[in-house]
Amino acid sequence: MLSWPILSITTFLPLVGALFIMMLRGEGDAEKRNARWVALWSTLITFAVSLVLVWRFDAGSAEFQFIERLPWLGGTINYHMGVDGISLPFVILTTALMPLCIIASWGSIQSRVKEYMIAFLVLETLMVGTFCALDLVLFYLFFEGGLIPMFLIIGVWGGPRRVYASFKFFLYTLLGSVLMLLAIMAMYWSAGTTDIPTLLKHGFPANLQFWAWLAFFASFAVKMPMWPVHTWLPDAHVEAPTAGSVILAAILLKMGGYGFLRFSIPMFPLASQDFAPLIFTLSVIAIVYTSLVALVQEDMKKLIAYSSVAHMGFVTMGIFAATTQGIAGGIFQMVSHGIVSGALFLSVGVVYDRLHTREIAAYGGLVNRMPLYAAAFMVFTLANVGLPGTSGFVGEFLTLIGTFKVSVLTAMVATLGVILSAGYALWLYRKVIFGSLDKPKLAAIKDLDYREMITLGPLAALTILFGVFPKPILDLSAVSVAQLVTQYQQAIGAAKAAAKAAEMLLK
Amino acid sequence: MYQAIVFLPLVGAILAGLIALAGARARFPSGLPESHDLGAGHHPAHATPHGDGGHHDGDHAAEPAAAGSRAAELITTSCLFVAMILSWIGFVSVGFGQDVYLTVLNWFTVGDLKVDWALRVDTLTAVMLVVVTSISAFVHLYSIGYMAEEPYRPRFFCYLSLFTFAMLVLVTSDNLVQLFFGWEGVGLMSYLLIGYWYRKPEANAAAIKAFIVNRVGDFGFALGIFAVFMMTGAVDFGTIFAQAPALVGKTIHFLAWDVDALTLICILLFIGAMGKSAQFFLHTWLPDAMEGPTPVSALIHAATMVTAGVFMVARLSPLFELAPTAQTVVVFFGATTAFFAATVGLVQNDIKRIVAYSTCSQLGYMFVAMGVGAYSIGIFHLFTHAFFKALLFLGSGSVIMAMHHQQDIQKMGGLKNKIPFTYAMMVIGTLALTGFPLTAGYFSKDAIIEAAFASKNPMAAYAFIMTVAAAALTSFYSWRLIFVTFHGRPHDRHHYDRAHESPPVILLPLAFLAAGAILAGYPFRELFVGHGVEAFFRESFKFAASNRILEELHHVPYAVAMLPTFMMALGFLVSWYFYIRNPALPVELARQHDGLYKFLLNKWYIDELYEIVFVRPTLWLGRLLWKQGDGRFIDGLGPDGVSARVLDVTRRAMRLQTGYLYHYAFAMLIGVAALITWFLVRTGVG
Repeated sequence: MLSWPILSITTFLPLVGALFIMMLRGEGDAEKRNARWVALWSTLITFAVSLVLVWRFDAGSAEFQFIERLPWLGGTINYHMGVDGISLPFVILTTALMPLCIIASWGSIQSRVKEYMIAFLVLETLMVGTFCALDLVLFYLFFEGGLIPMFLIIGVWGGPRRVYASFKFFLYTLLGSVLMLLAIMAMYWSAGTTDIPTLLKHGFPANLQFWAWLAFFASFAVKMPMWPVHTWLPDAHVEAPTAGSVILAAILLKMGGYGFLRFSIPMFPLASQDFAPLIFTLSVIAIVYTSLVALVQEDMKKLIAYSSVAHMGFVTMGIFAATTQGIAGGIFQMVSHGIVSGALFLSVGVVYDRLHTREIAAYGGLVNRMPLYAAAFMVFTLANVGLPGTSGFVGEFLTLIGTFKVSVLTAMVATLGVILSAGYALWLYRKVIFGSLDKPKLAAIKDLDYREMITLGPLAALTILFGVFPKPILDLSAVSVAQLVTQYQQAIGAAKAAAKAAEMLLK
Repeated sequence: MYQAIVFLPLVGAILAGLIALAGARARFPSGLPESHDLGAGHHPAHATPHGDGGHHDGDHAAEPAAAGSRAAELITTSCLFVAMILSWIGFVSVGFGQDVYLTVLNWFTVGDLKVDWALRVDTLTAVMLVVVTSISAFVHLYSIGYMAEEPYRPRFFCYLSLFTFAMLVLVTSDNLVQLFFGWEGVGLMSYLLIGYWYRKPEANAAAIKAFIVNRVGDFGFALGIFAVFMMTGAVDFGTIFAQAPALVGKTIHFLAWDVDALTLICILLFIGAMGKSAQFFLHTWLPDAMEGPTPVSALIHAATMVTAGVFMVARLSPLFELAPTAQTVVVFFGATTAFFAATVGLVQNDIKRIVAYSTCSQLGYMFVAMGVGAYSIGIFHLFTHAFFKALLFLGSGSVIMAMHHQQDIQKMGGLKNKIPFTYAMMVIGTLALTGFPLTAGYFSKDAIIEAAFASKNPMAAYAFIMTVAAAALTSFYSWRLIFVTFHGRPHDRHHYDRAHESPPVILLPLAFLAAGAILAGYPFRELFVGHGVEAFFRESFKFAASNRILEELHHVPYAVAMLPTFMMALGFLVSWYFYIRNPALPVELARQHDGLYKFLLNKWYIDELYEIVFVRPTLWLGRLLWKQGDGRFIDGLGPDGVSARVLDVTRRAMRLQTGYLYHYAFAMLIGVAALITWFLVRTGVG
């Protein structure tokens, strides 16, 4: 055990940075500059600290590591933190993307810079906390609390229809969150604790599993988002500022998938098994339906938002196939999507900063003056298409191969997504990048500047690296995934055996 | 050594790519626009609007060449030549010696699914290595001349070398997933190279079409991989082939049916092959792909990538041999494509499209060979075809250059005096393609037709008739191309007068390929068709016990053996009569049979059919789901409907302003408060 609470440091360091910014006093530009630098340093140091987690993490163990436990709130609810192979990749994803978001906001955010940076830093704390929390109530606080800064980011720094977008978001999430709260109470009532490691071993009765699964599903399905509760996402993305979209797509969407992996599958295996056909149906509908919708979009961000829903369809499908490949693929797909969709939204931000429109029709022929941008955008487009050699392929392939064993039909319909994704992604690329540059407004457009290269370059490198050599992520979670699958199968097997025994008895 | 063959092109591609990026960086200003730039149009001088749209190769010749162009050319070309020499050494040492297996790196291992980056070099691969690196090396060399006026050559050579790398990964793969990587990799490079002239809308459209049609094939390929993994628990060839005999009779449950596993797997994988090798139904992208630069057509769309499907079936012969139904399907599609493409080729006027349809047709021949179990013969045709078809394409490129980017053969004529060397090369290519005795094509193509005759496959008779008919058609349209282009009187004086022979850097590759088109046949026929097959290919192919096709085809009647040659002569004579003796006749025929002529000219209206059946309904459905499904149904019933109600209530009851965030925070706090109270009460009580 480490002598210092490294998880808490990773989690709350951004909050310290936020407090620092709050105390900043100064005039106009100086204050803005200081706020940016403090935010950047806080996120960079947080990232550095989180790398210590990777370094000290024992990938050979499925146990929670870096455990911290303090009594809190009457001794029932504890401040309990820890990570395993399933949550650690998301922690790193979060800490790695945050500095890029700060850099991406450097020039494009000019009003209320202090508040903006504070919102982002608070958001980082809450997101990291969500992935590290090992107590249900603590998880709930982080999970739901994360929405508040996101609301502010969309609501204050967002586009013209931000009020509609945040209201939509609010309505969707509220329902899920209330139901989840009820389920948490029921679980406490049944198990007498809100300690997650204890609950994982508890073995809930089938009846409770059914209802609790549904309640958690309501919350996570909205977060993913799954069809048909996905319609908040395109609006939220369109209205959010660039960095807001990046965080929304890259991290916040992953909380739903993480929730399924942390709660639904291990705590309610029987219900998960029973509801798998429902999830499969919704997933393949999401893949085909939103891909078709993406084909006809006129707004760049909306197109990418819809494609995100389709990609998350692969994740839910893989997770509930509950095979090793399916779950590992789901985790990988989430990490990869975090990198790729984040990068795609950053790419949209690049041209948005220059022309202040996201209309696809306003662009065309950018390659003629922005070849570096075209090259970077190509890498991310291909990853979005799931081309082998990019990280997008590995996740899609694993979830599909993992699902095929369980349901041939599901995998087959989902594979249609590979045709459609090529359609919308390449169409977007063609309309924006290729062609001749004959729109007068584009005549003086300039290629990537250094700051944009710093944000897009590493993401492009990671996209290709994890496509050719995905082992770092897969190995990090391999043991935890194996344990998850084994316990799930055991629970299903035990229930089947019990049912058979009961049947024999009746006869 | 084998690592060097595969990775040298990658090294070349990376270096050329870096040169291209560095050049691009230097050429264009970076950064955000200053505020007054925005839309104000202060700098109209910066705009370089290119009024192109000219339908020809190379339309931005006005710009200066990118920095480092020559370096990029030399690096990539020399890498390829080294790889070529190593490949020939490997060909001899593997063909007459030992297979080689090398594991480079573990790609991923998840549960029982283990995928490696590996090099598997047996004789089949060695043949492919020779084909790919030789053609690629000479295409690189040729491109130095052909693309000389291009400003962005580093990018072009980067793509070419990267394509070669992907193709080499494909042919050396030891498992289905690596094969899929190479498969999609070559597809990507094909997409980028077809769309190389990105300002041309036709090129962009053709590039996307190629990618998406190939993805339709890959849909089948991917499902095939999944099915293989489900049935055998592995994706590497060694394990799959070892398990294959045990799969006979097993089924896969799908919906209400139990489908024979091996048949399903083979057909799914073959769908992938159909996409890549442009077989009937999935062929529509190949003619359009001619929008790319001509060297690309020669390398990718004639000699290498499009043969990947043939290679795949050959590689998976242990599976196909156990799935006779799937073999019949292969024969059917191969024969149909051979005939269909040949009919369309009869009436096309674009020099490159004629050669493209001919490629499509010849790929059909190869699949016939694969389907009847004559794997080595199909690979033989792949091998010879690579040389003479690359020759025909590069020769066409030389013609196109001579005619200043004119591609319509109706506007050519009489060129044989202007560009005699190119003419001679094209004639050699045509002789080989039509199967003139003792040229390379004669040995491989006739062997396929004989194999189709000898085979006992249910579709063999159909295949025999189709391939024989296609042989006559091939001869007709090939000679038509020669006669209309090189003979007769010039149709476009202006272009004719300025026509000139190409520089040596272009003619040298032509000469080499012409040598290949003649010599690739006779010396190799024993190894591919004769009694040397077993010793040469060893474990590369697996033949079922009942498959004695290689033996039987040597005993076909003399008349059958002579039939292809007779057809070739017939096609030549008709063509000669039509285009030399009586040039008014074809015009008259076309007028009389207008319907048939239009049907062929419009490629059986398959593109139009797809537009109506697939493209438009898909977009219509997308729009419907977006506006009605998302907009009216989900939002209408869900958030918008609810929000309207909630808004009413909150307005009346609370009179808060736009405080949705407060609502949310409030709701959450109440929830947490309730939760905590409840906990405290419970713990207090308990």
